[in-house]
Amino acid sequence: MTTDTIAGVDVDLDEEGFLVDPGQWTEDIAIELAHREGIASLTDRHWQVIRFMRDEYRAKGTGPPVRALARTSGVPIKELYELFPKGPAKIAAKIAGIPKPRGCI
Amino acid sequence: MRRIVILGGGTGGTLAANRLRHTLPPDEVAITVVDRNDGHVYQPGLLFVPFGLARSGELTRPRGEQLHPGIDYLVDPVDRVDLASRRVSLESGHVLPYDVLVIASGAVLAPEETDGLTGVGWGEKTFTFYDPTGADALAAALDRFVGGRFVVNVIDLPIKCPVAPLEFCFLADWFFRQSSMRDQVEITYVTPLDSAFTMPVASRRLGGMLTERDIALVTEFNTGEVDGAGGRLVSYDGREVPFDLAVVVPVHNGAAYVTRSEGLGDALGFVPTDPHTLQSSVSPDVFVIGDAAALPVSKAGSVTHFEGEVLAENITRFLAGEPLDASYDGHANCFIETGFSKAMHRLQLRRRAAARTLPRPDRGSAHEGDPPEPPGQAPLRVVLLAHPAPGPGDPRCA
Repeated sequence: MTTDTIAGVDVDLDEEGFLVDPGQWTEDIAIELAHREGIASLTDRHWQVIRFMRDEYRAKGTGPPVRALARTSGVPIKELYELFPKGPAKIAAKIAGIPKPRGCI
Repeated sequence: MRRIVILGGGTGGTLAANRLRHTLPPDEVAITVVDRNDGHVYQPGLLFVPFGLARSGELTRPRGEQLHPGIDYLVDPVDRVDLASRRVSLESGHVLPYDVLVIASGAVLAPEETDGLTGVGWGEKTFTFYDPTGADALAAALDRFVGGRFVVNVIDLPIKCPVAPLEFCFLADWFFRQSSMRDQVEITYVTPLDSAFTMPVASRRLGGMLTERDIALVTEFNTGEVDGAGGRLVSYDGREVPFDLAVVVPVHNGAAYVTRSEGLGDALGFVPTDPHTLQSSVSPDVFVIGDAAALPVSKAGSVTHFEGEVLAENITRFLAGEPLDASYDGHANCFIETGFSKAMHRLQLRRRAAARTLPRPDRGSAHEGDPPEPPGQAPLRVVLLAHPAPGPGDPRCA
């Protein structure tokens, strides 16, 4: 685990750059994390997904896999890949400041 | 007379009914189990059917045989649940009022939701072993297979038995070696996750198992389309994996009636549930067990088994007007078939447990000078692999 200063806030990151404590997240941190992922700016559609990821994490303890993300966020899978090109479930989770969705084994 | 209605007569529904019948007086509480068919499939056995190690007919048995006396049993598909009036409507027109409802209807395969999967090639070039029909078709195909690109793909999560696709790869490796055709086959495991093993202990202990067996790995692959004619898996981001024979795990939904029942399920048809009490989040008189729950634990019989104790306790308390207490902590244990008559036992313990292994070496350990084991003749070895169950806030199982 490392500590980084992002958008003026000290945050704890795991070895892959995911926030260890979702409580440290701010929207400015999201913008900076998005830059690091090659996303120049966050549109309303991005924020819709980001807020949804955080809600899912609060409700269920984990971010959703991509099909569930599309179904419940209302953003179709193809669009999710346009918004978060390198893998929506993982990248949106990172930008949303929640832990990486993992498998079970 | 109070009424408990249990939707689903599989692993969870059966053990819930039997546990409750054991403790609740029959003259005070009626228990009814409903299922859409009378054939309980022992699903873990399906893994072995494609390799001729089990026959699908042997894996199915009538549900009533497992239910203890004093439990009513109906074979009648569910049309929908009306949460407000506390009634279940069945397809026959029969209506079942309830005081407590248990959703135990599992998860269903939805291959039609992946573009092309059930089109050209389905059952001929692309298969699943996750149901008896598919496992049988795959067995026939494996009999005919002369070599080429053999691809195993998990399309997306959640799925039942997350380790089964990997077990399938290990068995396929064994199977082709037994037939002296392993050199003619390229086995590739394609996963939407970023590694084959994502939990730290499993990754440490099992991570080398794919490369040892010359099984290639493609990660972060979300399959958007299966081209059965051309033999390609195509991801949403445009990558392709070519195949001559593909074994896929289709996406899973909750039972269809859950989606038809207003307010009961989430967008995939699983029922939102409190992870520690197993009471649903949609209505206090609805409880959930097993694969039907929208919970971040594995969808596995072992999980269901351990949930049963908590479920029965809490339903009993609920009926008595007492606060719910007993907490399911996410633990389970599963065997992992690794082929060559070997297995590993994976145990998820409570959070404070440390990882440990038995002192006997497994196939993955580097023991210089060990002679190679002749296939099929090795004794059964069990390695205990333990890691903590996820706690609140931990990255959890999909």
